Amino acid sequence: MAIDDRFTRDSQETGEREVTGTRSEIITGPVRDWATDFSHLEPEWSADPYPIQDDLRQRCPIARTERFGGAWLPTRHEDVAAIAHDTERFSSRSVILSNFRPPRELAPVGGSPPISSDPPFHHDARKLLLPAFTKKALARYEPATRAFCRSLIDSFAGRAVVDAAQDYAQHIPMRVIADMLGFPPQDGPRFREFVEDLLEGINLPPDERVERVSRMFDYLLEQVHDHLDEPRDDLTTYLINAELYGRKLDPSVVTGAMALLLIAGIDTSWSAIGASLWHLAKTPADRERLVAEPGRLPTAMEELLRAYAPVTMARLVKEDMHWHGVEMKAEDWILLSFPAANRDPAQFDRAHEVVIDREVNRHAAFGLGIHRCLGSHLARMELRVALEAWLERIPAFTLDDPGAVTWSAGQVRGPRTLPLRIGRPLAPSPVSHDA
Amino acid sequence: MKVEIDPGLCQGHGRCYGLAPALFREDDEGYGQVPGDGVVPPEAERDARLAALNCPEHAIELAEEG
Repeated sequence: MAIDDRFTRDSQETGEREVTGTRSEIITGPVRDWATDFSHLEPEWSADPYPIQDDLRQRCPIARTERFGGAWLPTRHEDVAAIAHDTERFSSRSVILSNFRPPRELAPVGGSPPISSDPPFHHDARKLLLPAFTKKALARYEPATRAFCRSLIDSFAGRAVVDAAQDYAQHIPMRVIADMLGFPPQDGPRFREFVEDLLEGINLPPDERVERVSRMFDYLLEQVHDHLDEPRDDLTTYLINAELYGRKLDPSVVTGAMALLLIAGIDTSWSAIGASLWHLAKTPADRERLVAEPGRLPTAMEELLRAYAPVTMARLVKEDMHWHGVEMKAEDWILLSFPAANRDPAQFDRAHEVVIDREVNRHAAFGLGIHRCLGSHLARMELRVALEAWLERIPAFTLDDPGAVTWSAGQVRGPRTLPLRIGRPLAPSPVSHDA
Repeated sequence: MKVEIDPGLCQGHGRCYGLAPALFREDDEGYGQVPGDGVVPPEAERDARLAALNCPEHAIELAEEG
């Protein structure tokens, strides 16, 4: 067996494990004024961010906070789109807004390429991954995804109430991503911990945060070693063997890309599936229409993605500048809210309503510009299959207790507790259209 | 009617080949492509307009003919 010495433990230095970088004071507590002191980590935002965004869009429209060492929050579609398209003035060096700014030298690669990369490196790193994430390439995972969704529903037998976030939505992307990366399917619960550590542990003490992020990279390194011993047809082996500029990838690029796929692929789809089921549970007219006319699902899905876009990104301002009426300083964060852009009345008619048959829907749920979500075709497949499988077996369902629904905090928003009253699921159909 | 994708703007969202698979397809990296000369048969004009109106990057150009 050949020794690949790229992956010895000493050579791993990634993202927040770097000793350099800048830390800012951790400020928590109730927001005084959303225009000057916003925080997407406070409970008011995670419970319902849309009225806050609508208010800011009218009176700012770019909000400010001194938390996180200084950040801006644009709320108009036009501003969000301009920043997403402007990689000259806004860096993706870190896309999770926190109290830690990685060192500038980390650009243009960043800690988890290509999402954290700037041009010109970005293009080349992304090009490596794109072929694995086309609609056509992902079609191979659809039958197994559907079978898995059906098995989850089978497990509801005898229960009148299920938690659609914990018992259904979260498991679907975990299983698909484990399959794509070639990780043990039973490791799903660990992935959930990694996701929570990285995306929801923003205001933890720095040492604890570093410790938690290290745990994930240790796990990834274990998986790399397992794949070095036993190469197989999956993305991990692909990344280990991939070459860029005539050389194999830096180990930090391999584990960084694996981290990206693991983190970005799970609670995003989990959130989209959960938010869609939440909407259908509380909106009988939309639910009944989709049950009666399943052909409308692709159009309806785009509207659910617009209205409940789970993902907000971050950027770092490169240099001091006057930008669209505000004075931005180098190293200020931008909280790049695609959900806010998707509800801008200047861009969408009836922006605050869910119009299930909205035909013209230029939403930005998967971002805009060169960082368009790499996994968007995967997310759409998972969301479509998850909803199809659910609606075909559970055509009638309601919120069991609207007050018991909880939403995640931070840059990926979706239901984390979602008790639904489902009655008795229908028996599986004897004729399966894709078996 | 003729349809064209500006490759400088397309980011591979795939709305066009999702909505109008007869007019658009994806290349090996997921970017949209127009097979052939891009001439839209009259019965597909509605699909072509829908694809253009749903492209998040405004990358699809429609040229109405004569």
